[in-house]
Amino acid sequence: MPGPGGPRGPMPRGMKPSVKNPGKIFRRIIGFVTRNYLVHCIVVIVCIIVSVLASVQGTWFTKNLIDQFIVPLLSQKEQGLVPDYSGLLNAILRVAGFYGLGVIASFTNTRVMLYITQGTMRNLRDELFVHMETLPIKYFDTHSHGDIMSIYTNDVETMRQMISQSIPQLINSGITIVSVLVSMILLNVPLTVLALFLIGIMLFVTKKTTGLSGKFFVKQQKNLGMVNGFIEEMMAGQKVVKVFCHEKENIEKFDELNNELCDSSYNANKFVNILGPINAQIGNISYVIIAIVGGAMALNNIGGFSVGALVSFLTYNRNLSMPINQVSQQFNSIIMALAGGERIFNLLDEKPETDEGYVTLVNAKREMGELTESDKRTGLWAWKHYHKDTGTTDYVELKGDVVFDDVDFGYNEDKLVLHNVSLYAQPGQKIAFVGSTGAGKTTITNLINRFYDIQDGKIRYDGININKIKKGDLRRSLGIVLQDTHLFTGTVMDNIRYGKLDATDEEVYAAAKLANADGFIRRLSDGYNTMLTGDGTNLSQGQRQLLAIARAAIADPPVLILDEATSSIDTRTERIVQDGMDKLMKGRTTFVIAHRLSTVKNSDCIMVLEQGRIIERGTHDELLAARGKYYQLYTGNNIAG
Amino acid sequence: MLKTLASYIKEYKKPSIATPVFMILEVLMEMLIPFLFASLIDDGVQAENMNHILTVGGIMVVIAAIGLYAGIMGGVCGAKASTGFAKNLRKGMFDKIQTYAFSNIDKFSTAGLVTRLTTDVTNVQNSYQMLLRMCMRAPVSLILAMVMSFVVNARIASFFMIAVVLLGCVLALIISKATKYFQAAFPKYDELNASVQENVSAIRVVKAYVREDHEKKKFKAASNGIYDIFVKAEKTVSYNNPVMQITVYTCILLISWFGAKMIVGSGATELTTGELTSLLSYCMNILMNLMMVSMIFVMLSMSFASAKRIAEVLNEEPSLVNPENPCYEVKDGSIAFEQVDFGYSEGDDKRVLTDINLNIRSGETIGIIGGTGSSKSSLVNLISRLYDVTAGSVKVGGRDVREYDIETLRNEVSVVLQKNVLFSGSILENLRWGDKDATEEECIRACRLACADEFIESFPDKYNTHIEQGGNNVSGGQKQRLCIARALLKKPKILILDDSTSAVDTATDAKIRHAFANEIPDTTKLIIAQRISSVQHADRIIVMDNGKISGIGTHEELLASNEIYRDVYESQTGGSGDFDENGGEA
Repeated sequence: MPGPGGPRGPMPRGMKPSVKNPGKIFRRIIGFVTRNYLVHCIVVIVCIIVSVLASVQGTWFTKNLIDQFIVPLLSQKEQGLVPDYSGLLNAILRVAGFYGLGVIASFTNTRVMLYITQGTMRNLRDELFVHMETLPIKYFDTHSHGDIMSIYTNDVETMRQMISQSIPQLINSGITIVSVLVSMILLNVPLTVLALFLIGIMLFVTKKTTGLSGKFFVKQQKNLGMVNGFIEEMMAGQKVVKVFCHEKENIEKFDELNNELCDSSYNANKFVNILGPINAQIGNISYVIIAIVGGAMALNNIGGFSVGALVSFLTYNRNLSMPINQVSQQFNSIIMALAGGERIFNLLDEKPETDEGYVTLVNAKREMGELTESDKRTGLWAWKHYHKDTGTTDYVELKGDVVFDDVDFGYNEDKLVLHNVSLYAQPGQKIAFVGSTGAGKTTITNLINRFYDIQDGKIRYDGININKIKKGDLRRSLGIVLQDTHLFTGTVMDNIRYGKLDATDEEVYAAAKLANADGFIRRLSDGYNTMLTGDGTNLSQGQRQLLAIARAAIADPPVLILDEATSSIDTRTERIVQDGMDKLMKGRTTFVIAHRLSTVKNSDCIMVLEQGRIIERGTHDELLAARGKYYQLYTGNNIAG
Repeated sequence: MLKTLASYIKEYKKPSIATPVFMILEVLMEMLIPFLFASLIDDGVQAENMNHILTVGGIMVVIAAIGLYAGIMGGVCGAKASTGFAKNLRKGMFDKIQTYAFSNIDKFSTAGLVTRLTTDVTNVQNSYQMLLRMCMRAPVSLILAMVMSFVVNARIASFFMIAVVLLGCVLALIISKATKYFQAAFPKYDELNASVQENVSAIRVVKAYVREDHEKKKFKAASNGIYDIFVKAEKTVSYNNPVMQITVYTCILLISWFGAKMIVGSGATELTTGELTSLLSYCMNILMNLMMVSMIFVMLSMSFASAKRIAEVLNEEPSLVNPENPCYEVKDGSIAFEQVDFGYSEGDDKRVLTDINLNIRSGETIGIIGGTGSSKSSLVNLISRLYDVTAGSVKVGGRDVREYDIETLRNEVSVVLQKNVLFSGSILENLRWGDKDATEEECIRACRLACADEFIESFPDKYNTHIEQGGNNVSGGQKQRLCIARALLKKPKILILDDSTSAVDTATDAKIRHAFANEIPDTTKLIIAQRISSVQHADRIIVMDNGKISGIGTHEELLASNEIYRDVYESQTGGSGDFDENGGEA
């Protein structure tokens, strides 16, 4: 489910996610930011320093306003002199100048920062997506879609907060802390130790409180997951709920989960909320304690500590606790961002699909019996095979001749799902696979287009080992209609055109007609321009399959794989579609997977699979005559009928 | 819209009111602290009066304690109110959705409903908490500071007034502009995520068509679009800080200049140095709070969209309601359609069913067959009143379905939907959806009838086998048989199977039909199927075509008279079979 959370706030995960190597990830994040924005970053740091200094000198001015200007002016007046304001005016103008610089610096800072943040976010997203597109199918099999999505939404978002808020805040606070601390030490060392001790208490309380809330955050996360899971399941099954009048039970169950969530999230939020006031009051009390201790020191003249120095020290103490508090609060979000960063980099580090293929697919034409390359689409394809050892280039006509030679395959190394599969598909043949779920039908087709690589044996395509063919070219030569129909957000036209991006409108209509989809498309509210959303949920399963077939048809592929492509289409429509496809695929190879007999009956060769092995093969009539498994299935139907 | 949402605060009114009250108390304590600081320094430290330091220190500890109490209570109440509000919103929406009719459900997508119940509620919860804790705090401390500064010196305080008004106007301008950008940006952001989602789930299509580059280009265009709009939005917001700083700095300098002149000019009678210091700190306070108010405003406007989406769910009126004096008994399983017209959307005059007339006797077995999109499902959905007819009337047991209590009707008319789902839980728990008091024996009997018993017995945990969400750990055919068993447990007078055996092999399919004929002969059975063999032996078969009944009759009659039927039959002759995953067991 696409969670439109985005910048509106990520879902809080556990408060203390464990990150294996925080330093390394932090450096990598910084590296990622500075790769494109190094100059920007330097500008930002300079700007932060300038604006901090500007505000510090401003504070200094207001502190001295009275002592250095107003009091002398007053005494001038009392002495009957005309007060000379020029000194004050100069000072104000000078401060105004610094303030001006500060404003410019902070404006530049925000401006530059926004380019860094948004630019880095864009680069990060682009890089994630571009890299994701290169990953092998296996990655998607082994990672839940929800987890992948959460990288794009939650993790990128925590990263954004870290780059745009936490890090600048840290720099800012760091500069302030250092300058204030230095001043404090210069004023009075023992008092500084006392102040640091009080700040230590503050940090200790913060840690304790976040620790307590952390426990509840983890619980909240768990409850949130349960509530969300329940919601997702029930919303998806809402119609079944209605049919079974199960509303009341549902509400009861939901109330239970909902109350638990409310409870834990109340506790988690409570602790976060009270942290601020607690620290603020500790700050106030620390002020009092230092005033008393410092006052005693000043009044008793211990260590030459003056009253004026105490006043300054107290101000510094206030200025110190604020940034330290801020840093401690940023700490959690940085840990969270690092955990997010770890997941982001894990995806980026994932190995892309390897492709050592060098044989490419080209349009060809026949000149005097010789195949040569052509830049136009000729309807004739050839494999361009460069032989390294001899330095020559061969052109092999693409015919759709597919050979499996004793192929073994397993999704995991240790568990084979296909054993000793050998098959031979002659150009122009229609090869069907039948067998129970898990028999390996879909797996075989996934090997032809190299979604997975085989463990043992060989697959040859027009006599070329498919490992030598560039993956993109191999897949381009294979039209495939998959078991689960996936459509993309866009118009019906866009979706069909997906098979051939430069197809004209007429070609789209023709493909739709061939797939018998033209009729229902024209009845849609906007015809071919109807927007399909949410994976085409506004169409019936059968209609979606027809669109997927049209999409494959427009690609006009030399080899076609239909994986249960017509399972939701009624038999009459299926026959019309099939006739169209047969015409289109005349002289080319088609692989068909189906559980419906009428779909496979007219195939040239039917393979019966069981538990990863081909147990029977032959034409419909041959298989019937053999009285094996196929016959059994077939006559089973007759008993039923 | 906000009224709708506010009505869900309910039992959390008390903490909702208490939170701002405590926050105001905290602010008051906070405002006292600078006074005490000033006194501590002026009359204590500088006057070298240790006693005063101790007294004021003691008062400060008390004030700090009160402030601490108020702060903690404010935090606790705020958490209570906001999480409670969120709970009520979730419950309100969930309960409301349970009252929705099919047509209401169709209006919202599943993903849409889930987002509203999860992310949107979280957004509103966060905003509500901020509203309670900050919305009173900031303006109150702003007003207090304002009042104080007027008390101290009205002439200088009027500078603030001008500055506040000016700054307020500029901030309002900036924010209204930025909000517009942000509101345009968020849907785009959602779109981008949707496209990632699409790519993740359709990765095989992308790879099969070698469209990685195409998708990358599409994605980069979208992500650039987001970059542009966010840069625009943040550029607008980036004026906030400098404008704010210029105002603050200008105020400080002007106050310093005129304040100094005033002190010196009047010989410290109109204004004292201490007062000048307080004015300076009030000035900071006022402008900071103004900034805070403007930020709250931005945040609130961002969660506005979420609030709107929640209100949509809460305000949606269920399109089917129970009649006033409902009938609680269905006499028998007879069904009649009288000149029924039906269309999914009201305004639109597109009809998916036109002029349907039908009479089905109690206990009859009816097959329904027809092409993709011929409205077979729409036809049967009217019987259990999943939708209401547009014109005409559907009668069950001799009475219009609209006269029955909906629950009674649906318990007597059991439908196995085409898109069926199982829920996470054991097989028994799933079966008991049909009848929550069913004994294990009854469940087993229903499974025998649906031919589900055989495979359930082959599981190690048998009837206690855990079903994953969506029933993903059983095969399609097994799922369908479980769904049929679940429907049978209702012991309905009418049983409707909407293409419910498509993944079941033909032999098992036949067995199920035999069992139905022998074991539940009095139940009216309607069977929608693609396979001729599934309907061939029905008492009568209805052939649907384009929302109309093209023919009714027995297999033989239709073969002779109905062209469509004959056509379908011929396309499946020689055994209309399927090779099912369970072919092995058959």
